[in-house]
Parts: sequence; structure tokens; C-alpha cells
Amino acid sequence: MFGAAAMTTMLGLPIPLWQRLADGLAVTLQLTVFGALLAAVFAFLAGFARISRLRLVRGIAFGYTEAFRGLPALVVLFWLVFALPSLGWQLDPLAASVIAVALNIGAYGAEVVRSALAAIPPGQWDAATAVNLSRGQTLRMVILPQAVVTMIPSLSNLLIELLKATALVSLVYVQDLTFQGQIVRAATGKTAAVFLGLLLGYGLIALVLSGLMRALEHAAGKWAGRVVNS
Amino acid sequence: MTEDFITFRNVSKRFGKNVVLDDLCFSVRERQRITLIGPSGSGKTTILRMLMTLMRPDSGLITVGGDQLFPADEQQVARVRRRMTMVFQQYNLFPNMNVLRNITMAPMKVLGVPEDEAVDRARKLLELVGLTAKLSHYPSQLSGGQQQRVAIARALAMQPDVLLLDEVTAALDPELAAEVLDVLRDVADSLDVTMLCVTHAMRFARDISDQVLMFCTGKIIESGPPEQILEAPQHERTQRFLRSVLEEV
Amino acid sequence: MNFDWNVAWHSVPALLDGLLTALLSIAIGYPLAIALGLLLVFPQRSARPWIRIPVRVVVEFIRSTPLLVQLFFLFYVLPAFGVELSAFATGAIGLGLHYATYTSEVFRAGIESVPTGQWDAATALNLSTTRTWWSVVLPQAIPKVLPPLGNYAIAMFKDTPQLTAITVLEVLSAARAEGAQTFRYLEAITMAGLLYLLVSLVLAWLARRVEQRYATTRGIA
Ligand SMILES: Nc1ncnc2c1ncn2[C@@H]1O[C@H](COP(=O)(O)OP(=O)(O)OP(=O)(O)O)[C@@H](O)[C@H]1O
Ligand SMILES: [Mg+2]
Repeated sequence: MFGAAAMTTMLGLPIPLWQRLADGLAVTLQLTVFGALLAAVFAFLAGFARISRLRLVRGIAFGYTEAFRGLPALVVLFWLVFALPSLGWQLDPLAASVIAVALNIGAYGAEVVRSALAAIPPGQWDAATAVNLSRGQTLRMVILPQAVVTMIPSLSNLLIELLKATALVSLVYVQDLTFQGQIVRAATGKTAAVFLGLLLGYGLIALVLSGLMRALEHAAGKWAGRVVNS
Repeated sequence: MTEDFITFRNVSKRFGKNVVLDDLCFSVRERQRITLIGPSGSGKTTILRMLMTLMRPDSGLITVGGDQLFPADEQQVARVRRRMTMVFQQYNLFPNMNVLRNITMAPMKVLGVPEDEAVDRARKLLELVGLTAKLSHYPSQLSGGQQQRVAIARALAMQPDVLLLDEVTAALDPELAAEVLDVLRDVADSLDVTMLCVTHAMRFARDISDQVLMFCTGKIIESGPPEQILEAPQHERTQRFLRSVLEEV
Repeated sequence: MNFDWNVAWHSVPALLDGLLTALLSIAIGYPLAIALGLLLVFPQRSARPWIRIPVRVVVEFIRSTPLLVQLFFLFYVLPAFGVELSAFATGAIGLGLHYATYTSEVFRAGIESVPTGQWDAATALNLSTTRTWWSVVLPQAIPKVLPPLGNYAIAMFKDTPQLTAITVLEVLSAARAEGAQTFRYLEAITMAGLLYLLVSLVLAWLARRVEQRYATTRGIA
């Protein structure tokens, strides 16, 4: 029996446990991708709403950013998973996780979007009015392309924060990388190796995400015409 | 004699305690070339910005071609903006677009001009401002004078009835300023636009304008043809202002 | 089920107990983050790549991996090496270590924001290194670092609920315990959320006060 087990180990860990970690990794990546997409929606909606001409819209966006930058992501997650059902809303734990993480990171992202929009020189708005662009056209064709370039470094940091926040879902029994790591630790007792391995795994994902964001920044810079003077 | 095209009637504007325009009245006829001069802070930019609908007066009446500005309905504002365009001291080119796109974008998106026609028009205008070779450059790759010439082409591409020029050479070295002023002389010669121009370049003002308005503390203190205002000013404040401007250069 | 204010009020004393623990953990963790962050600046500015690069890699690594896993690591692994710490102490150290990687970045940026001309001028005036740091560099760097440092204090506070995972009895642990007792998680967790929000807002206000005070006493607008 032990012989058979030895056949199916890799780096001292049985293959089925590797399978668990791979499943966990898949969940973490899913959470990161969908969380980032939803967070981007929140960030851009709320960020643009902050410069709306309607007071009510501005107020709602302000309330959202202030509230979710003041609330810990884990508390929001617990609320969605343990409190919301008693109000008659039962969310799938995975969905609750994506929403909790996105609400939190989206609020910080909204601040990034707002300040990037505010940092565009007022002369750009004036010039757009002088050639008779509408407000929507000005935002779309003049302001946003310039603002996106300045947003990307901060959004890239937020993406890493989002990846880190996904580990919280293990506390509501979503079977992500951290959750499966705990299982593997309990099964093998190799505490130091497993947790170090987990950290290295997250570190690698973070490295890949930063690389992708840098490529995006480069592409956006070209798209927005920040051509290097030669 | 044509009737008044732009009128300011009892227009006032203040920022806090700072009274910028004080019961101002003046009018401009179609195709007139007006130069606004006056010390810093006398409200020249404010006037142009109000015409461009970038700012509203506290009280008084502004009309452009029969349309009233403030209070105005959207159609009136749209009509005024359609006829009016402005060139700024800091150029304000769109840095995310190349020269051609800076010029063609608004005609295509606002006026619905087909692309090939817009490009055609842009090429002619670039010829007028002497920048055909820079078509696909980005603003950051151009000198200040070149950027300002593109900004003039961008404004003219909208085929405006009124061109507002706010110290368009103030950010430029004398040599580059001369380039831009030469272009504007050509524009004044070849096009039928009404021009309101704020400038400290007095020779240029004399060359192109029919009338000079001297502003001080929110009022017009002297006005008339350029030969009269620039060479034989009556008002002591105008004399002092012109002396200081000439010394500066 | 409706929100029952009675139940909610009953959970408050336990939550406040938890809040005290949370605040104590940042009272230890935050100074640790500052001290460690300052210490980490110097090797990161070293001219020797074999010092600079490994330290940067470790700092970057700690910063881009989840605090939660780091807490687990400390909680389960330290005892294996004979380091027996309470859950509370482990949590405070974990927070301090994690945030040191953020504060060291703040300090580095703050120091680098002082123009090189200032160093040149100090050399030209023959100031000692200590005098240069104390009288020239720090007074210019501090106003730059205060706002982000304040933000990280608040961020650290908002990470304290994660200590529940290593059995520290902070606010979220208290809310879970209350919920388990009354079978009403809605009130307990909602009140916990409101408490966090309130304290975050107060901390944000305090941070702004500190910034403004420093800015005005130094005559820097
Ligand atoms: N948005 C604003 N808020 C407050 N004050 C303003 C604003 N815009 C202009 N002002 C003030 O209004 C006055 C007139 O400004 P304006 O720009 O019209 O002067 P100007 O004649 O164009 O001067 P310059 O020759 O310096 O350009 C100045 O005192 C200026 O400080
Ligand atoms: Mg002006």
C-alpha cells in the first residue's frame, strides 16, 4: 500500500493532493478574474458618477466609496454569506465571494478613476467645448483615453490587492487555493512546506498579473499617443 | 452697414469680492476684427470664455446672431457653439490624437463631415498653417509654435463664423510667436470670419484689426480704430499700458 | 426575518471587547510596521546589488501575498521552531510584518522625493550626515509620507478581522460568537460592520488632523 502511494507522489506529496491544489488554484484564478471584472465595473461606474452633473448620482457614488473603503472585505463577505440569508437572499458562496471582493476593491478603484479624471487639465474640457463636442463625446474621446493611461499603475496595484483578498473566501468554506492548502496541511502535517508553497504560488500569480498589467500600460500608452520623443 | 452680430448689454461678473466685469456694454458687427487690450486681470479672457459658453455672467445680456446666451435653451447654446470657436493660450491640443485626428475629429463627430472630406479640409488647413509635413505627429512631438498653428487649424476646421483668440502667442518665444502671427494674418486675409482677439502684440493688432477696445477694471475705457488707440491714445491709463507693453518687448 | 434592534444592542458590549483587542493589536503592529519599514529602507537603497536585490524581492513577495496565509504560516510554523507566542502576539507581529513592506515603500518614495540638489546644498554647507538627515531631508520627506502612513494605519485596522482565523477574539470573532449563541448572525455582523465603519471614519479624521497639524506647524501648506 505504501509502495503504491510512493508511485503516485510528486515532491513528497500524493498526486490526489496535488489535484486538490490545482482545483484550488483554478478557483482562486476564477475569483480573481471575475472579481476584477466586477470591480472594474464598480470602479468606472462610481468613478464617473463622482463627476456627474446630478447631485444625487454624485452622492450615491460618494456614499459607496466611503462605505466600502471603511468596511473590511472580510466583514462584507461574512455579511453576504451569514447575514443576508436571514433577509431571504441566499447567494451562492462563490458569487458572494466575487461580490464582496469586487465591492471592496471597486471602491478603491473608483477613487483611482475619479482622481485620474480630475487630473486631466481643464483646458482639455475647454478645447472640447470650443470644437463643440458634447459632454459624452468629450469624456469618451478626449478625457478617458488620457485618464486610462494614468490609472493603470494604480489599478495594477489594486489587482494584486484583489488577488490577496481572494484568500479570505477560504474562511467561508469556498475551496480556493488557501482552503485546499489547509486540507493538504491537515492531511500531511507538512505545515511549513505547505504554507510556504502557498505563498510562493500567490507570489507567482502576482508576478504574472503585474507583468500583464505592465504590458497593458505599454499598449495603452501607445494607444493614447504618449509617443516617446526621439 | 450690417447690424450688430455680438452684443454685450450691461454684463457683470464677479468672483467673490473681485468685480471682473462691471456693467459692460459693447457690440461687434459681422466680419469685424476686434482686438481687446488691457492690463492683466481686466477681464479680457472672461469675455471670450463667456462667448464660448465656458462661463456665465452674473447679470446682463449677451446675444450672438440673435440668440441669447444665459439663460438659453439647449438649442440656442448649440447654435452659438456651432458658430463660435476659440484658440487658447496653452494650445490645449488633444495629446491622445495625432495632428490630423486633432483637426478632423470634431468635424466628423460634430458636423458629420465624411472622413475623406474632413481629411481633405485638414490638409488644406495644414497647408495654410505650414505644417503639411507634421500630419501624423503627436502634439508632444511639436514645438509650441507648431502646436498653436495646429490649434488654429483645428479651430478653422469647424468653419466658424467667429474666431476667439486668447493671447495665442503669450506662451511662445518671439520667433515662434512671429510664425503664429503670420499664419493669423493669412487667416484674416483669406477668411471671412469675425475675430475677437486678445493680444499684447501691438503691431499685429494694428495690422489685422478694425477696432481696438481698451479694458480696465471691468470696463472699456477707450475704443476706436487701431491707429487712433495705439498711436494717439487719449486716456492716461491707455498711455501707461501701451508704454509698459512696448518696453516689455 | 427582520432586523431586531434589541438583539443588535445586546451584541454591542461583546463587540466593543473585540474592538479593544483589535485596537491593541494595531497599537503593537503599527509601530512595528513603522520601525521595520524604516529598517528595510536602507538595504533597499544600498549600492550593492547583492544586498539590495534580495531584500527587494522579499519585500515585494510579502507585499504581494495574502496576509491571511502569512498569519497561518506564523501561527502554525513558529511553534514548530520552538517559538511559542499567543495568538494575539502572532497576529500583531503578522500585521506589523505585512505592513512594514508598505511603509518601507512609503519611506523610500518620501526620501527619494527630496531633490538631489538638497543633498548637494547640504554638502556645500559642510553639514554632517546626521545633520543633513535631521535638518534637511526628514523635514521635507515627512509631510510627503504622513498621508500614506495614515492610510496604512486605517488599512491595518481593517485587516484585523482576519485575526479571527487564528483564534484572536476581535470584533468579527465576537460577532460570530454572538451569532452562534442567538442564531441571529444578521444583527451581530451588521453591528460589527457599522462599528468598523465608524472607527475607520474616526481614524481617517484623526489622520487628517495629524497631517494638517504637521503641515501648519512647519509652515508647509
Ligand atoms: N475661475 C475663476 N475663479 C476666481 N477668479 C477668477 C476666475 N477666473 C478669473 N478670475 C479672476 O478674474 C479676473 C479677470 O480674469 P481674466 O482672466 O478675464 O483677466 P485677463 O484680462 O484675461 O488677464 P490676463 O491678461 O492676465 O490674461 C482676474 O482677477 C482673475 O483672477
Ligand atoms: Mg487672459
